[in-house]
Amino acid sequence: MSAFSAIGEEREIDRDEYTPGVEPQPTWCPGCGDFGVLKALKQALPEVGRTPEETLLCTGIGCSGKLNSYLDSYGFHTLHGRSLPVARAAKLANPGLEVIAAGGDGDGYGIGGNHFTHTARENHDMTYIVFNNEIFGLTKGQTSPTSPKGHKSKTQPHGSAKEPVKPLSLSLNAGASYVARTAAVNPNQAKEILIEAMEHDGFAHVDFLTQCPTWNKDARQYVPYIDVNDSDDYEFDVTDRVEAAEMMRTTEEALYKGEVLTGRFYVDEERPSYQQEKQAIGEMPDEPLAERYWDDDYEWERSYDHFLDKHA
Amino acid sequence: MTDNELIWRISGGSGDGIASTSQNFAKALMRSGLHVFTHRHYPSRIRGGHTYTEIRASAEPVRSRGDGYNFLLALGDSFARNPQENAVYGNEEVKPLSENLDELREGGVIVYDEGLLDPSDIPDFDERVEENDWHVYPLDLRGLAREQGREVMRNTAGVGATCALIGMNREHVEDLMRDAMPEKIFEPNLEILETAYESVLENYDADAHDVTVPSGEHDEQQVLLSGSDAISYGAIDEGCRFIAGYPMTPWTEVFTIMTKNLPELGGISEQVEDEIAAAAMAVGASHAGVKAMSGSSGGGFALMSEPLGLAEMTETPVVLIEAMRAGPSTGMPTKPEQSDLEHVLYTSQGDSQRVVLAPGTVEEAYEQSRLAFEIAYEYQIPAILLYDQKLGGEMLNVPKSHFDREPNADLGKTLSEAQLTEQPHTPDGKFHRFQHEADDGVSPRSIPGQKGGRYLATGNEHGPSGHINEDPDNRTAQIDRRLEKLEVIREHLDTADTQTYMGPEEAEYGILTFGSQQGTVAEAVDVLNANGHSVKALGVSDMLPFPTAEVEAFIESVDAALVVEMTASGQFRGLIQKNLGRHGEKLSSLLKYNGNPFEPAEIVDGFESVVVEGDDLDSSTTTFVPAAGD
Repeated sequence: MSAFSAIGEEREIDRDEYTPGVEPQPTWCPGCGDFGVLKALKQALPEVGRTPEETLLCTGIGCSGKLNSYLDSYGFHTLHGRSLPVARAAKLANPGLEVIAAGGDGDGYGIGGNHFTHTARENHDMTYIVFNNEIFGLTKGQTSPTSPKGHKSKTQPHGSAKEPVKPLSLSLNAGASYVARTAAVNPNQAKEILIEAMEHDGFAHVDFLTQCPTWNKDARQYVPYIDVNDSDDYEFDVTDRVEAAEMMRTTEEALYKGEVLTGRFYVDEERPSYQQEKQAIGEMPDEPLAERYWDDDYEWERSYDHFLDKHA
Repeated sequence: MTDNELIWRISGGSGDGIASTSQNFAKALMRSGLHVFTHRHYPSRIRGGHTYTEIRASAEPVRSRGDGYNFLLALGDSFARNPQENAVYGNEEVKPLSENLDELREGGVIVYDEGLLDPSDIPDFDERVEENDWHVYPLDLRGLAREQGREVMRNTAGVGATCALIGMNREHVEDLMRDAMPEKIFEPNLEILETAYESVLENYDADAHDVTVPSGEHDEQQVLLSGSDAISYGAIDEGCRFIAGYPMTPWTEVFTIMTKNLPELGGISEQVEDEIAAAAMAVGASHAGVKAMSGSSGGGFALMSEPLGLAEMTETPVVLIEAMRAGPSTGMPTKPEQSDLEHVLYTSQGDSQRVVLAPGTVEEAYEQSRLAFEIAYEYQIPAILLYDQKLGGEMLNVPKSHFDREPNADLGKTLSEAQLTEQPHTPDGKFHRFQHEADDGVSPRSIPGQKGGRYLATGNEHGPSGHINEDPDNRTAQIDRRLEKLEVIREHLDTADTQTYMGPEEAEYGILTFGSQQGTVAEAVDVLNANGHSVKALGVSDMLPFPTAEVEAFIESVDAALVVEMTASGQFRGLIQKNLGRHGEKLSSLLKYNGNPFEPAEIVDGFESVVVEGDDLDSSTTTFVPAAGD
């Protein structure tokens, strides 16, 4: 019998279960795109049948990191940029958990860029939501890795001399097997994409455009949006790397010209997840490691029996 | 201390198989009934450079390198850079011989590979041989090896020659080679061993010198382990089944031992992008209910500061190990030092809420590795095992029965789903993971996936259910509770008997040390007492929480004490004074930070010359710092 009976439990789930009584109301600014992520997650989780207690939400630091103050589940509000290593280790320890990592664009593409690259490369079976508002919000409006070139702020008073990070292309090249972009202003698509991302067996990266009405002024900056999968103007095969790469490039350039392209950009259902790869080479047990510590019949191995003879 | 001891040094270049040859020979000596201790010296270089391993063997227990040595097997350095007088590295080809002469004792034996080494390149070689009564046996080891197999097997030829010259039975070496080598390699090696052995007996009179193998007997089976082996096995026996890391000398040893062994135990090892990720993964795995560890050496550990603080704040049990080497920055990667002490005690923002243990011997490395896990999980706190390149790499024989102990995979105060139903929750069902009032400051935890256990872990200050909370009363209650654990841990450690006393119970003078210098201090204390001084020593293992009462009692029981450590700024002495707040006038320091660990004679010198005589040190390799107020 599992020590974790929330995992795999089949029951009706009420959306309200994800609203914590301690902090039912977020402190985000009125009109903030972060509300859109919270709402989409609350809608998507019951649809994929994951209850609060089989879900582990790991966040970074920033406005986005407050997500797990406002979404009730097991939560780990980690460090700036470090949600991914915490999340992927928890997934390895107990693969039955629904593991979601989330953070902002500075968190994921700046300070945590190394972890992002390698988690995508390894294709851990988890969902990574990046709240991309092209600005540092909680620290009051500094230029971020996705701010457009020329962006002026107190830390870039003469306008940023840097090209912004291209998150979708970066993700594809790093090895993510599901790459999508959605926007807070597009709640239906956001919900659908989060459902797909959670159901995907591998690293699913969702670049979530979340407008910042306080520091980026224009609360409508991501409107109107175009869904590239529905639009007749764009035709490409989401399972084809080369076509996906080109579409991503187009999308990333268009954003800074005021055209908001969203949708699924790359989906690879064939690639084994990291867990599968690791198990295939005998480096990860079939049974969740976390269960073993609750198994009273398990005979814990001793170095005395296993390794000492070779030292004799 | 015995009259008859063999201290055998094998020298060559990195990549010449010095490490594996010496390990096998040490094991052969152990199997023959002797106590052995190894000391290695190597450069941060893939190929070539002056490297040696020393094996000290005696019928009596040995716990340190000796003062000097008495048998040199100088192989060639196959990867030596061309001799250039003006280059910083000088004539590398001759270094396996030339670099080792200063420490060779009078009457010592030299075997060198005349196929590769030419003593005429060494200034005053013949004069020194005569002055010191050294016995020199040039042998064409390379040629011998080439005839039977391959040149690289010249190490075996050297071992064969050694056996012949010290009167050692070849059988133990043969048995080991049989165990360690595949048939195809074993046969020619055996041939080379025998040929070298016979050829020495034919051509030389092995009785011409006094260096012989001691004879001894063990009353129970022994195993030869390094500090890194012991730390790894301690972790395994404590139920650790998850490690994440990034390579860095010398921590890599533990990382590789764990990585090699974990799959057999159904555990997981992860080599990751950097040390931030490594420590964060150990935290994540532990949070999800697995006993987990990570580690690094100084530079990598610096990157772990963030996740270490996160583990403190979220009260996530985790064990980190720190294998010190000479710093700052890249420092000297393969050389031991103890100067990361303050780094490990205080790195990461806020008040330290961690445990730091510094084992002094291979046995302690095993015990305190286990203790670190036990404390980390029982008290939900990061525990750090602080050791160094010396302890990690040195090998010692330990009775196998020392490890015949029960495993312990206990997660500590972790609640089952049934127990969780009886715990306080918020009205909507969030578990009070961080209760203000908790026995011993330890609030029981749940594990993700458990029904009735959901809570928020956060690096922000938080209220009982984990939600961010900056209320002053809550803040004070939470930090007081977290710090209370350190007091309880101090009491726990007092029952674990982690400090080591050396020398007589009553003595006029004291020596204080920590970590890997303990064995050397023990040896020095024996010499000092034999020389008529009254000296005892205390090896301290608990760095945090510090055993203040115990150390204070020790210092109060002596007239003056010498603090021996491998740092340049006297960090350990500073730690003692910080915790005691007095007795600074009694404590002087003997420091060494040139990249080599203390030798017993240097401690004897520091004590006799300065503490007793009030003169200057004889040795130029150590530094004396007088007591405060002197």
